[in-house]
Amino acid sequence: MTADLPLLVLFAGVFALLAAATVVTEAVAQRRPGPVTQNLRARVAAWWVMVVLLALAFAFGRTGVVMLFALVSFAALREVFTLTVRGTADHLALAAGFFVVLPAQYVLVWTDWYGLYSILIPVYAFLFLPVISALRGGPAGFLDRVAETQWALMLCVYCISHVPALLYLAIPGFEGRGVLLIAWLIFTVQFSDVMQYVWGKLAGRRPVAPALSPSKTWEGFLGGIATAAAAGTGLWWLTPFGPLQAGLLALMVTVMGACGGLVLSAVKRDRGVKDWGHLIGGHGGVIDRLDSVIFAAPLFFHVVRWMWSTT
Amino acid sequence: MLRRAAAVVAGEAIALFARFVTAPRAIWSGVAPESVQRVYFANHSSNGDFVLLWTVLPPHLRARTRPVAAADYWLVSPLRRFVGRDVFDAVLIDRRPEARSEDPVAQMVTALDEGASLIMFPEGRRNSGDVPLLPFKTGLFHVATARPGVDLVPVWIGNLNKVLPRGEVIPVPLVCTVVFGAPIRLMPGEERDHFLARARGALMALSEVGT
Repeated sequence: MTADLPLLVLFAGVFALLAAATVVTEAVAQRRPGPVTQNLRARVAAWWVMVVLLALAFAFGRTGVVMLFALVSFAALREVFTLTVRGTADHLALAAGFFVVLPAQYVLVWTDWYGLYSILIPVYAFLFLPVISALRGGPAGFLDRVAETQWALMLCVYCISHVPALLYLAIPGFEGRGVLLIAWLIFTVQFSDVMQYVWGKLAGRRPVAPALSPSKTWEGFLGGIATAAAAGTGLWWLTPFGPLQAGLLALMVTVMGACGGLVLSAVKRDRGVKDWGHLIGGHGGVIDRLDSVIFAAPLFFHVVRWMWSTT
Repeated sequence: MLRRAAAVVAGEAIALFARFVTAPRAIWSGVAPESVQRVYFANHSSNGDFVLLWTVLPPHLRARTRPVAAADYWLVSPLRRFVGRDVFDAVLIDRRPEARSEDPVAQMVTALDEGASLIMFPEGRRNSGDVPLLPFKTGLFHVATARPGVDLVPVWIGNLNKVLPRGEVIPVPLVCTVVFGAPIRLMPGEERDHFLARARGALMALSEVGT
């Protein structure tokens, strides 16, 4: 059995959801025009584009998926470095991050060299990029600078590359269907983001971290996580997991996703920006949309690898 | 014909590359992207400045907008001549007052009379120091005096100097912003220095927008 039929069913479902969201949003926008509904329309429109892009990448198989996430990493790294860059001493180190570390990480994922891609950035980039900065500039803010560069690479390249890495897990009885793991992960985590937004808007009262973000509330968190975990459980038939296992994993990835949103909000607040960028209309930057996936993907990858994969 | 087609393709390729490296965000804060003849004047901190400004203009404006650039840079090789003349259709001026045969201001005025909009860098040279904006040269004043009816639009190009600082070869991709401000004009009887200070102030004020 291939991944085609379940994938078609999932995408048909997502397109139906988006069509419903479009109809509802347009109706609301007609009745109550304003900045909130305008933003909502932009968000829904951007979702259409993102889902179609993902479907296209899936259609091109492993190479398409690896390429898509390499480009996503590139755009994400561009956003973080924009906020952290200072002075010219680090110029070459940042260029190496873009043009050596990022391609190397994705080539290693593409060739399934797990032993190296899981340590390339935590060990080798960690040791060598500061050497370039040290050779080229003074000590002012040195620790801050190299720490920010390392953080950016971990977030934008290392963590995100664990999404396409899911394609290469060898799960008995699930051969050739790794793309379904990606579809399930992204759907569950992103659905949690959407439902946190919806629950927060409808019932949000108590902020989780008032100093970081007034729009993140316990009601939104718990409602979003519960709804999305239930949806992830209901989609167990896409995955190699049983319903209970799918439920526990969905709980794990949605909680991690919420943590990612919180941590990256703190970074934005520290830098005095509202969004990471402007690439995705209504949502902000690439990282605004992927903060949850960044935190959920590595953990999901390792748990599935330990418990289901033979590699 | 073939040269024209090659120039269009090369122009799109350059714009695509600029978008890839800088994901530029155009903020039209004091003026709309309309088909009105204008002189865009911008800060100059990188060789890529006019490319980025040119990239974020909508295609119908881009086709009629010509950067004012140094002939000694753009005429040295066949490739640069092709890019400067055919792709950007630059108004190429000679920066050496003692040797030139054509007056730069007259060249710019001719281009305006032919219906083109212009991209100018009134600092006159690339700013690679710590001050955000150098004092303006007088070119903008002379153009404004010759054609006082043309809108002068300040444009702040942010972050591009960090993408490719002076002396570096490899660009680091970073998000850049291009802020278009409210147009100014030479007021009747306005002194040169007063006008240049006002123009510089209008440009400086944009550096805070969009950050």
